[in-house]
Amino acid sequence: MRELTYNEAALEAIAEEMRRDPRVFYMSTDALPPLMNEFGPSRIKVTPIAEAAMTGMGIGAAGSGFRPIVDWRQVTFCFVAMDQIVNQAAKIHYMFGGQVTFPMLFRASVGGGGQVAAQHSQSPYSMFMNVAGLKMFLPSTPYDMKGLIKTAIRDNNPVISFESGRLMGRKGPVPEEDYCIPFGVADVKRSGDDVTVVALAWLVHEALAAAEELAKEGISVEVVDPRTLVPLDTATIRASVRKTGRLVIADEAGPTCGFSAEVAAVVTEDAATFASLKAPVKRVCALPVPIPYSPVLESAVFPDRGRIIAGIREVVAS
Amino acid sequence: MPMSLSPNLPPDQQREMLRQMLAIRRFEERASADYQTGKIYGVVHCYIGEEAVAVGVCTALDRGDRIISTHRGHGHCIAKGADLNRMMAELYGRQTGYCKGKGGSMHIADFGIGMLGANGIVAGGISIITGAGLAAQMEGKGGVAVSFFGDGASNAGPFHECLNIAATWKLPMLYVCENNLYAAQTSAAATHALPDVAARAAGYGIPGVVVDGNDIFAVHQAASRAVDRARSGDGPTLIECKTYRQRAHTERKGQPDPRDKAEVEAWQQRDPIALLERQLREQGDLDDVGLRTIERDVMEALEAAVAFAEASPFPLPEQATDDVFAA
Repeated sequence: MRELTYNEAALEAIAEEMRRDPRVFYMSTDALPPLMNEFGPSRIKVTPIAEAAMTGMGIGAAGSGFRPIVDWRQVTFCFVAMDQIVNQAAKIHYMFGGQVTFPMLFRASVGGGGQVAAQHSQSPYSMFMNVAGLKMFLPSTPYDMKGLIKTAIRDNNPVISFESGRLMGRKGPVPEEDYCIPFGVADVKRSGDDVTVVALAWLVHEALAAAEELAKEGISVEVVDPRTLVPLDTATIRASVRKTGRLVIADEAGPTCGFSAEVAAVVTEDAATFASLKAPVKRVCALPVPIPYSPVLESAVFPDRGRIIAGIREVVAS
Repeated sequence: MPMSLSPNLPPDQQREMLRQMLAIRRFEERASADYQTGKIYGVVHCYIGEEAVAVGVCTALDRGDRIISTHRGHGHCIAKGADLNRMMAELYGRQTGYCKGKGGSMHIADFGIGMLGANGIVAGGISIITGAGLAAQMEGKGGVAVSFFGDGASNAGPFHECLNIAATWKLPMLYVCENNLYAAQTSAAATHALPDVAARAAGYGIPGVVVDGNDIFAVHQAASRAVDRARSGDGPTLIECKTYRQRAHTERKGQPDPRDKAEVEAWQQRDPIALLERQLREQGDLDDVGLRTIERDVMEALEAAVAFAEASPFPLPEQATDDVFAA
């Protein structure tokens, strides 16, 4: 099968959906050349650096019958639009009694590893998971990216596409045909029997590398990629843990009230899954600090395959 | 100060403006009373004293045009043609309300008539309605969008971001600042570098107009010019309506109101409804019988709305989880 990068898969999905539906248009502070070349300024709106305005304008255009894509570029920049995201976009459908729909796609790159320090190395998805009314996903492969973006553009709600900065240039097979990946369906990226690793984005690949290494020692690792954060596929996560009896959660974000905490709760508050646990749940997350610049400090903060391996050994030993 | 004359408006339409202003006034007097007796919950912000702005502007609009409002939103709803029954039912927290009892006074919307909602966040609506202006431009059918906001919102970031974008893209927008001289309890004089919000239009290269917001014909004329400009593709206008909130910031008892008594009384002397009534009488377009007829119609509609709300069921507890996401 043909291969695309993670970033190219996103652009292909967007271009296909823009061809399919004339109500879809794009707002961003810089034009993305392939989209501008094909669709021109009537549908690719280059905005001033005014994320609050462009996010709110997305809401108003969505409520007026359009299907806007608002590209925040880095998630960092959306914090100046928090009123529009949290007070407005997330609540407007519910607060007005479901009168009309607000189909919107927000795009934001997340994660670290680029030595760009604290403001440009963030993974704040759990802040948004905490807000009722937003759907969101974080793909790990070009294949998942294309299918999830297409689902998001056809969804009638505000959806955030969190996109891993570390994976932008990573290639993988992507079908040329039209396909959608439903929200709330996790993907078991590797099947195993001894321990479940629930991982996101770049750490899915690190977990797969860890699984490969541990297989040599006879430890069988199952890697579950939730893909969508809201809605979260709790059934697949619980089923995997009931099978293996052990759980490691790998997340590039910090642990506090994070995605990893949510997964731990999902597993432990279900009686049958809780009863199947043979070891305490282990979280492998970033340290709870702003992300530092120097490569020595930065790699000390982030989890990687080595820490995932250490986490797996810990739960397998107990 | 005499009122403006409005030779272009037929007498029927002028009387309709008076009826709408009275409908807003009586609706809010009733909402306040029912709030005091506990039939309406949470918080109620009254627009009383500012009715000429909403009615003056909305009279210049077509049904397909879109507006957005503020936390003080009853007036804009009524002026755009919202159904009083569903409004009152919403205030009463009932299933039949505009938002099925999920919004209350601060969150009434009717997208079917282009009313994109009251909004509990100061300056929260400006960017949303600018997106509706962008939608109108993309639709290409000559629609316009109107952002109502207060003097307080004019000092928040989205005001600047949106006026700059709207001016740059020539969006068909009216930015209508209802300068009632106070942001909650804080005077505009203490928070604005310049006394006129409209002066900021120069920074965006768009017209900035100051009008007497209690003079409905002055408001209507300024709005009509701005609508013509927007429909012909020339871009947005900033209209500042100098007006006054006759009541406290909210209807909650015992709030501080630091405003000077003489100032409040002076503005009450220039009540926008009384001004219009006097003007219509002087023109020979209204007499006692005519006024009584209007008042009776307004009160009948209001009583019907209250009866509708009273008779409507409360939402079911399990409906709390409906409409978080659309299908």
